[in-house]
Amino acid sequence: MNRRVVVTGLGVVAPNATGLEKFRSAIRAGKSGIEKIPLLGDLKFACQIAGIPDVSEELKHQYFDELTVKVLKSTGIIYGCIAGIDAWKDAGFNVSSDSDIDWDTGCVFGSGLTGVDALRDAIYGVDALKVRRLGSRVVEQTMASGISAYMGGILGLGNQVTTNSSACSTGSEAITMCYDRIKSGQANRMLAGSCDSEGPYIWGGFDSMRVLNRKSNETPEQGSSPMSEEASGFVPGAGGGALVLEDLDSALTRGAKIYGEIIGAAVNSGGQRGEGSMTAPNPDGVKRCILQAIDSAGISPNDIDAICGHLTSTMGDVIEVDNWSKALGREGDDFPHINSLKSMIGHCLAGAGSIECVAALLQLEGGFFHSSINSENIHPEIEKVISKNKIPHTLMEATNFEVIAKSSFGFGDVNCCIIFKKWNNN
Amino acid sequence: MEREEVKKKLEEIIKPYVQDMEAFGNISETTDLLQDLKINSAHLIDIVLDVEEAFDIEIDDESVEKMITVKDSVDTILACVTAAV
Repeated sequence: MNRRVVVTGLGVVAPNATGLEKFRSAIRAGKSGIEKIPLLGDLKFACQIAGIPDVSEELKHQYFDELTVKVLKSTGIIYGCIAGIDAWKDAGFNVSSDSDIDWDTGCVFGSGLTGVDALRDAIYGVDALKVRRLGSRVVEQTMASGISAYMGGILGLGNQVTTNSSACSTGSEAITMCYDRIKSGQANRMLAGSCDSEGPYIWGGFDSMRVLNRKSNETPEQGSSPMSEEASGFVPGAGGGALVLEDLDSALTRGAKIYGEIIGAAVNSGGQRGEGSMTAPNPDGVKRCILQAIDSAGISPNDIDAICGHLTSTMGDVIEVDNWSKALGREGDDFPHINSLKSMIGHCLAGAGSIECVAALLQLEGGFFHSSINSENIHPEIEKVISKNKIPHTLMEATNFEVIAKSSFGFGDVNCCIIFKKWNNN
Repeated sequence: MEREEVKKKLEEIIKPYVQDMEAFGNISETTDLLQDLKINSAHLIDIVLDVEEAFDIEIDDESVEKMITVKDSVDTILACVTAAV
């Protein structure tokens, strides 16, 4: 069985906007969601800026019952559930606690360290000899699969319901896993997504590694500057994104809105060999992953109109652009357009891939390509490889873009690449 | 502490856990927490923790198992409160 897979629903909770329509406006406007976070200063972080989604208590009550709002400490689960429920409704389905089980729909919803705040409370409780007072809601928030367990229950899903985790490639990997499952006929529909929480306990390790930006504490909105000469470390973020993936026939039968088609995808690892390590990607792995995705899509490297990069605002940006150029065999003016959503929202870690794929589909469907903000001063090593005008500094109208490639790379030398194609009713 | 006072306090505690609000509207001493009010069995332990905090008591495991109806629960709480005094 080899079925076609389309995207019929989107949902997003991002640092620069909560909800799909606000997010569309925000990325069109090049709106930054990065702010100074006083708590990080109090805790002596070198990087004191971050991207944290705006989710009010009122909004939480629209998605969860009173009791759950009271006990939910894991913000990642909150972001993920809101994005997931929004995507489900956007695809034209209802959310009801007494809906019938849908045996043909499942969920792969990735996470990083979503439960750390609930875990912190539990650790204090256990150490104070109060284990019997932890209550019933610790496990569901601290287990890695907390987010998919919540989603599966809210939507009544009866196919595979699981959580994947592959660091910063988690979100894109989740989409790839769902794509494979539908393509092979094991499910008709899958909710694909990922999320991560915010906070010092997640970001502390990165701060200590000196991979976060420590130079922009007074100019937070300029802090994330992928592909620029100033790029000196990523800005941490949090949030969640979700996509409803569906068998083409099922989508057509029910007359669903189609955002785009996934025509190919690949995941691999550079094995932490050669130039690869725990923290750096092996270029051979990256190039191979890109080419495998293109090959599986049955297209040529020349068919790619644009790239929504991983591009974190570190020295890795130079290597990433070089890998793309070598993999595609395209450079200078011949290189596709390229942008980075992280310029506006920072790096949402496990949440990044799915949020960025939501952005990629909005651009493909809406015929625009968002600006990669803070990139005016392009890194000279990047300018040697690609033409300056391939990185948009203002919103581009791009109604002619047919194919967008999205990549994500993660610690552990893991790679993911997805090829999205515009839906033209054929 | 009066029985009615305990009952009223208990009802306030269990209300957020109730999934059948109609049954909650008709609550009586014979109401079964799981069967009638459709409270998730995993959340019973959270109710016990809330009760312990509200009444400043500790309910042992054996007594927890006996808290099936409103009457059982009120009896258990009253016994603990009395023992504590």
